[in-house]
Amino acid sequence: MRFALTAEQQDLRDVVHELVERLCPPAVVRSAPDTPAVDELSRALAEVGVPGLLLPERCGGLGLDENYLVPLLTETGWAAVPLPVLETAGVAPAVLEAAGLADRLLADGIAVAADPAGSGLVRFAPRATLLLTGGWGGSGPITVVSLSDAHREPVAAVDPAAHLCRVGAPTVLGVVDDPRVVELAWQRGVLGAAAQLIGLSRRMLEMTVEYVGSRTQFGVPVGSFQAVKHHLADALLQVEFAAPAVARAGFSLATDSPERDRDVSLAKALASEAARRVARTAIQCHGAIGYTTEYDLHLYAKRAWALAADWGSAAWHRARIARHLGLAHTGTLPVH
Amino acid sequence: MDLTWSESEEAFRAEAREWLAANVPREPLPSGDTREGFARHLEWERKLFEARWAVVSWPKEYGGRDASLWEWLIFEEEYYRAGAPQRVTQNGIFLLAPTLFEFGTKEQRDTLLPRMAAAEDLWCQGWSEPGAGSDLAGIRSRAERDDEAGGWRLTGQKTWTTRGAFCTHLFGLFRTDPTAQRHRGLTYFLVPLDSPGVTVRGFERLDGDEGFAEVFFDNVFVPDSAVLGEVNQGWQVAMATTGSERGLTLRSPGRFLRAAERLVELAQAHPEAATDPLVDRITEVWMQAQAYQLFTLAQVTDIVEGRPPGPRSSLNKLYWSELDVRLHEAALELLGPQGQTDNPWSRGFLFSLAGPIYAGTNEIQRNIVAERVLGLPRK
Repeated sequence: MRFALTAEQQDLRDVVHELVERLCPPAVVRSAPDTPAVDELSRALAEVGVPGLLLPERCGGLGLDENYLVPLLTETGWAAVPLPVLETAGVAPAVLEAAGLADRLLADGIAVAADPAGSGLVRFAPRATLLLTGGWGGSGPITVVSLSDAHREPVAAVDPAAHLCRVGAPTVLGVVDDPRVVELAWQRGVLGAAAQLIGLSRRMLEMTVEYVGSRTQFGVPVGSFQAVKHHLADALLQVEFAAPAVARAGFSLATDSPERDRDVSLAKALASEAARRVARTAIQCHGAIGYTTEYDLHLYAKRAWALAADWGSAAWHRARIARHLGLAHTGTLPVH
Repeated sequence: MDLTWSESEEAFRAEAREWLAANVPREPLPSGDTREGFARHLEWERKLFEARWAVVSWPKEYGGRDASLWEWLIFEEEYYRAGAPQRVTQNGIFLLAPTLFEFGTKEQRDTLLPRMAAAEDLWCQGWSEPGAGSDLAGIRSRAERDDEAGGWRLTGQKTWTTRGAFCTHLFGLFRTDPTAQRHRGLTYFLVPLDSPGVTVRGFERLDGDEGFAEVFFDNVFVPDSAVLGEVNQGWQVAMATTGSERGLTLRSPGRFLRAAERLVELAQAHPEAATDPLVDRITEVWMQAQAYQLFTLAQVTDIVEGRPPGPRSSLNKLYWSELDVRLHEAALELLGPQGQTDNPWSRGFLFSLAGPIYAGTNEIQRNIVAERVLGLPRK
């Protein structure tokens, strides 16, 4: 028993943290998708092996497991990286390998988007070259489509940094319906979203702690007031108890545990609730400046809201866990 | 990242499980916070001690098994899984003993620990006073030097002393230097409750048990050997115990894992009451019990590798105490009108309400988390 990152996993975390801290400051999160800074960020993440992290070595990947995926995506979440990292590093490898398209994964950088619900709405679409559609809940076929010549219509969105688009007339490259692959892709997507939410939560908390420590009212830092302290202590509590559940879900996937589905749902439900709580607390504790778009906090809050609702909301995953526990919900699980 | 148990840990688990299955009383004992129940619990404690399960993590010479922290967690899981009785000796073995191991003289350890493990000496905690609860450093009970007799004379009053009415000994803080600043000038004393001048008055708690007590000291003599740690260093000595009380030792995850499973079983037995919103809350409670276990596994890894939790133990206390309340609230909703009877769930509910208060209120814990974990300004 040793429930902590190994030295290699810590190294990966540190490398990625240093990379995104340097190449993905808030100005890059805000920038248009075709700017050189985003190109450089994408290239740098590809160079450390992000797209091939989970791809077997025989396919040219690093052949690592989900115990590495969690720290990687926690850090890219922390920086709100404006690229489809969780889709490319987490969801794509098994699907593209099954579709015989693994070489595309390694060639295109951070460029695979996903739309598991088949909603037609695709985050980070402008830079994506491939799109994986379907597979919601870990079943049904996943369609691999090329976005090279597809029509991408920008959609006004809560999170402008996600470059949300509606995609039309794409070219189908393949359909993957191997149940093991579809299930794995879904579970990795859920896990990856949960990991990014932990990173986003930590970032919002860091910003808020710093702010309330320097902002003064009534002649003292507002962070010295007990009302503010208790809000932030409660927010931290949610994050600190969600993070180990995310790490355990990574271990369950890496070891193919029979409880893996329940464990990824636990991770996503706790991480989604934590992120929502932290975002609300962070904005409240900042006061009016937290309600502006000039200040950077909103970049992380908006990413968190989108991710908390995607890949199964907290309520959706609780319903899933209830089934695993043999508790009969009378309702049926909605598609999304 | 390795969430598997070793062969020897699995063997330890199997041994504990087998012994508990054969020895845990078939019928639940009456509450250990009543006079009759306390006596029945002592029989159980002595049985545990004879089989060397009372203090598994202690050295063998004091009645333990030299078990690792991991094995201790395993034992706790098995203990609650078996539905074994509450530990009425817990304030001694989980709160005082770690302090004795850290600060006690060899003589203190050798005389006190074996008797504590065997449930011959029963310890209660004497910290709160009528004028000093959350503000523990404001205590006024004092100890005055008696050079002639070679010891100290204690005067004052302690209160909210759990099971104080049934215990034989008290560990507590007394002011030894009235001129020193609040946190200084305190000393940690070990006091037999049959000393002349001690008066113990039991009174009833919210749940009807009479195990609460106030303890009066009227010029009570204790020898120098009753001082734990250095004179005037009582605050530092006491804080070592507080970490235990808030953190792992008093509330191991096994207890909440088992309680959450029982809640799920209760919901399955009452499908008519298990509406979707209630199922959702029950699921959430189960999830939180899992989260508490996982947080603890990460924390034990840190401890084993030399990274003590420090103020992060306040996170444990906040989480388990609020989880415990929610768990019992959900159970009472499932039970409907049956919930108003005196039953394990209603008793558990009333007891859970004490959790956010004792061992430092949750408001104090939030201050600690904010100031010492997040680093927010004190003033």
